[in-house]
Amino acid sequence: MLSDENRIFKNLYNDLGWNIDSALNRGDWTKTNELILKGKDWIINEIKNSELRGRGGAGFPTGLKLSFAPKTVGSRPHYLVINADESEPGTCKDRDILRFEPQKLIEGCLLASYAISAHTCYIYIRGEYFREGQRLQEAINQAYEKNFLGKNACGSGWNLDIYLHYGAGAYICGEETALLESLEGKKGQPRLKPPFPALVGLYGCPTIVNNVETIAVIPTILKRGAKWFASLGKPKNTGTKIFCISGDVNNPCNVEEEMGVSLKDLIEKHAGGVIGGWNNLQAVIPGGSSMPLLPKSVCDTITMDFDSLIKVKSGLGTAGVIVINKDQDIIKCMARIAKFYKHESCGQCTPCREGCGWMWRMLERMSNGESTYKEIDLLYDVTKQIEGHTICAFGEGASWPVQGLLRHFKKEIIKRSHDEPLIEKKSNIPYLIDQHLLEKDNA
Amino acid sequence: MSIKKISKIQPENFEFTKNNFLEAEKEIKKYPQDRKSSAVLALLYLVQKQNDNWIPLVAIKYVASFLNISYMQVYEVATFYSMFNLSPVGKYFVQLCTTTPCMLRGSKAIIDICKKNISENQNELSKNKLCSWTEVECLGACVNAPVMQINQDYYEDLDKDKAEKIIQDLLEDKLPNPGSAKNRKNTAPEKGKTSLLEAKNAQ
Ligand SMILES: Cc1cc2nc3c(=O)[nH]c(=O)nc-3n(C[C@H](O)[C@H](O)[C@H](O)COP(=O)(O)O)c2cc1C
Ligand code: SF4
Ligand code: FES
Repeated sequence: MLSDENRIFKNLYNDLGWNIDSALNRGDWTKTNELILKGKDWIINEIKNSELRGRGGAGFPTGLKLSFAPKTVGSRPHYLVINADESEPGTCKDRDILRFEPQKLIEGCLLASYAISAHTCYIYIRGEYFREGQRLQEAINQAYEKNFLGKNACGSGWNLDIYLHYGAGAYICGEETALLESLEGKKGQPRLKPPFPALVGLYGCPTIVNNVETIAVIPTILKRGAKWFASLGKPKNTGTKIFCISGDVNNPCNVEEEMGVSLKDLIEKHAGGVIGGWNNLQAVIPGGSSMPLLPKSVCDTITMDFDSLIKVKSGLGTAGVIVINKDQDIIKCMARIAKFYKHESCGQCTPCREGCGWMWRMLERMSNGESTYKEIDLLYDVTKQIEGHTICAFGEGASWPVQGLLRHFKKEIIKRSHDEPLIEKKSNIPYLIDQHLLEKDNA
Repeated sequence: MSIKKISKIQPENFEFTKNNFLEAEKEIKKYPQDRKSSAVLALLYLVQKQNDNWIPLVAIKYVASFLNISYMQVYEVATFYSMFNLSPVGKYFVQLCTTTPCMLRGSKAIIDICKKNISENQNELSKNKLCSWTEVECLGACVNAPVMQINQDYYEDLDKDKAEKIIQDLLEDKLPNPGSAKNRKNTAPEKGKTSLLEAKNAQ
């Protein structure tokens, strides 16, 4: 188990106080200007050597991403944008950083902004996190009062302003280009890539988008050294990670652990074990709702890092671990996730807009024993029609969980299916068509 | 995608109070001078704050002229985002999360509590007009499931009885304290921490 000494977020549970004075006691903002004086190349190289990978879901190498910003500033300013939209079901780690470790994020914003030559940083926070936003704004104000932000921030010679921007309840705004659209005051619909935001981002200017946790670990990496960070975890899957363990466990919690920790340890040592015991485990969704679930046989031995989870056809995603025990109806659980995607699709691409509704309705039918055997292959086909045929990765996020269910729990679906569809007998099944069409007002 | 209902009853006028006008100007200053429209979400929030938590159509026009953009651009935004209410909601607006992590821990039973105590259907005012409720997607507090948001605050670690007690308070025009219903410390494991055992501020 990771030792407390190696934990980055010492105030994860707010035992110590969130305000700037307690943060200073924890070592935030020490030597920050010295780090900046070492230069942009040093900062980016150090992050590259630490092998830090993005904590927002895709696991893209952070040092490499920062190096994509143009080396010199042309006619267009550069921007750093922090993704605090945290809406992936099963994930609630950035929330703790925003409310209890805000100075780590703010200090990280200064270091990263300097590295990519940005004088303005926007933090895009989901609208529901109103209180967390208030807290963060207070923390930003405190940092300004101490001259850690603004002109000649922290005595570094660099100017930086940080602004908070609230979203308004749309999961898709977590996708980086949708987020930029939303920041520009439009509806949050993803852009086609390329061009990538690093060259054409916010207001058409070079923009780097990073997750809250990614940026908040940067100060500690630079202070304790890339070697220290890389010594934790596994090669290419280094450092520590905040895991969120929810669902059927005795003590759901957030905990910072080493990358590559075993899933079983995470659940048994930190979350008090599966409700009903390990043998009562049915499946685990390891990385937020977009990642395919793992059956118990895989959970017995799997370790939690990007590459190990890819090998079992899933992913670390946001490290939101959703535990499902045998008391639950697995098809219903996945049908609810499909409903989430149906609700959140931005509607731009037909396969996603229509397909998500199809997947949800078919899964509802399957869970209620109203489907035919034939529909199982049809459902798989629908997931394949979506995957790879959309503007953004939402399409994959919506279809992978369904594919995971079909891969590991096909037997369960077969058990409930029939030769003849029950729907032919029952005309009034609400999920056969979109609910709103049933309402007379909308007709 | 969700469908938004636009209120049939609409006020004739809207303009910001002096305070909100100043707030709006402050929001606009966060963005480059020629990018005022970035502030549209912030301004719509101010409208909601001023107008009992919903946005009438005249206010959409008002925001459009405030930012010098088209009515349709603001309308598009107001209808896209789920947190903008285009028809009246209760003084206490209960948003119950029912996504899978909350479902696993019993949010279904809380739906029944809402139906029984507030109103049979979502987005419908309670008999005494104080409360309304709706189901929402993941609120980003899943390790404290089940969760509901009432106006701006999160109510966490609920169960059927605790949720019912909270809702009955709301119906009596009392707003209970937010946070964990189990008095648990934030996102730490309920039965004692397993990390950060000697959390002390380093010198
Ligand atoms: C549908 C969708 C939703 C996403 N939601 C989030 C989110 O809520 N928070 C986040 O940090 N990244 C989210 N991402 C990933 C971002 O697009 C982007 O990769 C990330 O912010 C980059 O930061 P990182 O390199 O630090 O991980 C989402 C991606 C997709 C496709
Ligand atoms: S994949 Fe879905 S969410 Fe992404 S752009 Fe297309 S319709 Fe929108
Ligand atoms: S699922 Fe309810 S808060 Fe995440």
